[in-house]
Amino acid sequence: MASLQTLHPLFNRDEVFEFLKPDIPPSLDLSRGIILYLEDISVSFDGFKAINDLNLYIKDGELRCIIGPNGAGKTTMMDIITGKTRPDKGSAWFGQSINLLKLDEPEIALAGIGRKFQKPTVFENHTVHDNLELALAGNKKVLPTLKARLRSEQQDYIGETLLLIGLGDRPYSPAGSLSHGQKQWLEIGMLLMQRPKLLLIDEPAAGMTHQEMERTTELLTNLAGEHSVVVVEHDMDFIRTIARTVTVLHQGSVLAEGSMAEIQNNQKVIEVYLGG
Amino acid sequence: MSSVRLLYNDKPGMVMLVLLAAAAVLVPLCNLGFPDGHLLHISTFTMTLVGKYLCYGLLAVSVDLVWGYLGILSLGHGAFFALGGYAMGMYLMRQIGDRGVYGNPLLPDFMVFLNWQDLPWFWHGFDYFFFALLMVILVPAALAFAFGWFAFRSRVTGVYLSIITQAMTYALLLAFFRNEMGFGGNNGLTDFKDILGFPLQSDVTKAGLFVASATALALGYLCCRFITGSKLGRVCTAIRDQEPRVRFLGYRVENIKLFVFTFSAVLAGIAGALYVPQVGIINPTEFSPLNSIEIVIWVAVGGRGTLYGAVAGALVVNYAKSYLTAAFPDAWLFGLGALFILVTIFLPRGISGGMTGLFRKRQEIN
Ligand SMILES: Nc1ncnc2c1ncn2[C@@H]1O[C@H](COP(=O)(O)OP(=O)(O)O)[C@@H](O)[C@H]1O
Ligand SMILES: [Mg+2]
Repeated sequence: MASLQTLHPLFNRDEVFEFLKPDIPPSLDLSRGIILYLEDISVSFDGFKAINDLNLYIKDGELRCIIGPNGAGKTTMMDIITGKTRPDKGSAWFGQSINLLKLDEPEIALAGIGRKFQKPTVFENHTVHDNLELALAGNKKVLPTLKARLRSEQQDYIGETLLLIGLGDRPYSPAGSLSHGQKQWLEIGMLLMQRPKLLLIDEPAAGMTHQEMERTTELLTNLAGEHSVVVVEHDMDFIRTIARTVTVLHQGSVLAEGSMAEIQNNQKVIEVYLGG
Repeated sequence: MSSVRLLYNDKPGMVMLVLLAAAAVLVPLCNLGFPDGHLLHISTFTMTLVGKYLCYGLLAVSVDLVWGYLGILSLGHGAFFALGGYAMGMYLMRQIGDRGVYGNPLLPDFMVFLNWQDLPWFWHGFDYFFFALLMVILVPAALAFAFGWFAFRSRVTGVYLSIITQAMTYALLLAFFRNEMGFGGNNGLTDFKDILGFPLQSDVTKAGLFVASATALALGYLCCRFITGSKLGRVCTAIRDQEPRVRFLGYRVENIKLFVFTFSAVLAGIAGALYVPQVGIINPTEFSPLNSIEIVIWVAVGGRGTLYGAVAGALVVNYAKSYLTAAFPDAWLFGLGALFILVTIFLPRGISGGMTGLFRKRQEIN
C-alpha cells in the first residue's frame, strides 16, 4: 500500500518531477540591501556545539571583519555558507531569494559566493595563469569546458588580475613554487576571476610579512563596494588597519558587533578576548 | 591541421604516432610482401602478437586517462575491455552460421550443447556488424555510466572506489562463468571463422586487424590528448590534486568524472573488440580482477599521466611477459615482479618520467 502511495505521482500526468525541472537557480535579489542572512544557525560535531544560535547579517557592498579566538567557529561558519557543512538548524539566505541550505558547493559558487580557505589551497601543479583560468567565471558544464578557448577579454582580465595580485612577472610558474603569502594572493585572485558578489576570506594575513600584510589590506579594501567582503582574522593589528564593522565571535555565537573603537571598549570582549 | 595543434609540445607522442604509422605500413608489408624465410619477412605470429600489444596499449591509455589525469585508480577496466570483447565475440559467433560442430544454422554450439531451442533475446542483432560495433561502445559506456553515477554522486573516492571497481569486475567474472547467462560459460566464445566475410585464419585479415589496432590506438591517443589538453583536462588534474577546491569554483565534479570515466570505458571496450578476433577467443577470465590490476602495472611502469607512457608500459611489460613465459616458464612471474620493483625504485615516474629526466639532464650538461 505504502509503495502504491509513492508511485502515485507517476499516474499524475501533469506532475513535473524534481529532476526534470530546469536547473535555473533564482537570481540574486538585493532589494533590501542585505546580501547574507544567517539566522539561528547551530551545528554540532559529536555533541560539541561549534556554532550556537548564530545570527549574522551582511549588507550589500560591505566589508565586514569577523574576529574571535581559535575554535570560535569562524571557519565552520564559512563552511555552512558555502555548503560544505550542513547546519543542524537555522536558515541561511543569499539575498532575498536564494536559500543556501538547498544548494550544494558548486551551485553556491555559481550563485556568486567565493571563498578563500584558511590554508591556502591553490592547484600546485598548475601554473599561476592556469589557476586563474580555472577559476574564471563562465559556463562550467562538462562540454563547454571541453571546448572552452580563452577569449581576448578573458585573457586581458587574467592579465589585470595577475598585476593586481602582484604575480604579473610569473604567470607560468607552477603555483606550488610560490611563497605562502603569494599563494594567499593567488587564491584571492582566483576569487576575483569568479566575479562573485560575496567574498569570504578566511585568515588572509596568516603567515605574511608586515609588508605583504599591507598589500593584502589594500587589496581587500579595494574589493569592498563592488563586492561584499567578509574577512575572518584573528590578527588584531590587521583588523585595525581595515577598521570597518567588526563582529566578535565567541563559542559559536556573536558576542559583540560594532566599530573597532566600540569593540575595543566592550567589557565582554575585553574579558574573553582582548583582555588576556 | 588540428592534430598538429593537439601534438604541440608532445614530442614523445609525435614519435609514438610516427612509429605507429610506420608499423601499420611496414609490418603488414613485410608479412604479406616477403616469403617465409626471407630476411625481411615478419611472421604472422609476430604480427598478431604485436597487434595484441597495441590493443593493450589502447587499454592502458584508457586507464591512464582516469588514473593519471583524474586520480581515479580504476581496478576494473578489464571489465570494460572484456565487455567490448564479448560484443565482438558475439558477432563472430553469429558469423559461424552452420559451420559449427553441431551444424546448427540458428544456434551457436554451446547453446545446442545446453539444449536451448531459441536464441536468447540479447543475442539478436549481433548478426550485423554495425550493431555489434554499437554494442562494443554502448555496453561498456552504459556500465561505466551506471557505476559512475552512483559512485561519483556519493563521493566515493580513493581506495574505496578502487575496491568497488574490483568488486564490479569480480561480479561480472562470476556472472559470465555461469552457463545460464548465455555467453558460453567458462569456455567463453571461440572457434570463430570469419569477420565481415574475410576468413580470420588468412594473413590478409590478420594484417587488416593489425592496421585497425594501430589506427584505433592512434585515434584513441589523439582523443585523449584532445581532452587532456583542453580546459577540461586542466580541471581533471585539478580534481586529481584538490577535489574539494574544484567544487568551490563551481564545477560539478561528479559530472566531469562521469564523462571522462565513461569515455575511458568506451576506449577500453574498443580495445577489447579488436583484441578478440586476433586472439580468437574471449572467456570470463578476462574479467579476472588480476587482469585489471595488471593494466595498472603497465601504466605505472610506463609512467602515469603522460598517455604515451602508458603505451610504452603496456608494450614493454607484455613483451617481457611473452619473452619470460617462453624462456623461463617457471620463473617468469618473478621476472615480472622484479621488473616492477626495479621500475618503482629506479624510475618512480615510470619509463616516460625516466626519459624526460634523462633528457633534461642532457640539456643541462650541454
Ligand atoms: N568537521 C569537524 N569535526 C569535528 N569538529 C570540528 C569540525 N570542524 C570544526 N570543528 C570544531 O569546531 C570548533 C570551531 O572550529 P573552527 O570553525 O575551525 O574555528 P575557527 O576557525 O574560529 O578557529 C573547533 O573546536 C573545531 O575543533
Ligand atoms: Mg579557522
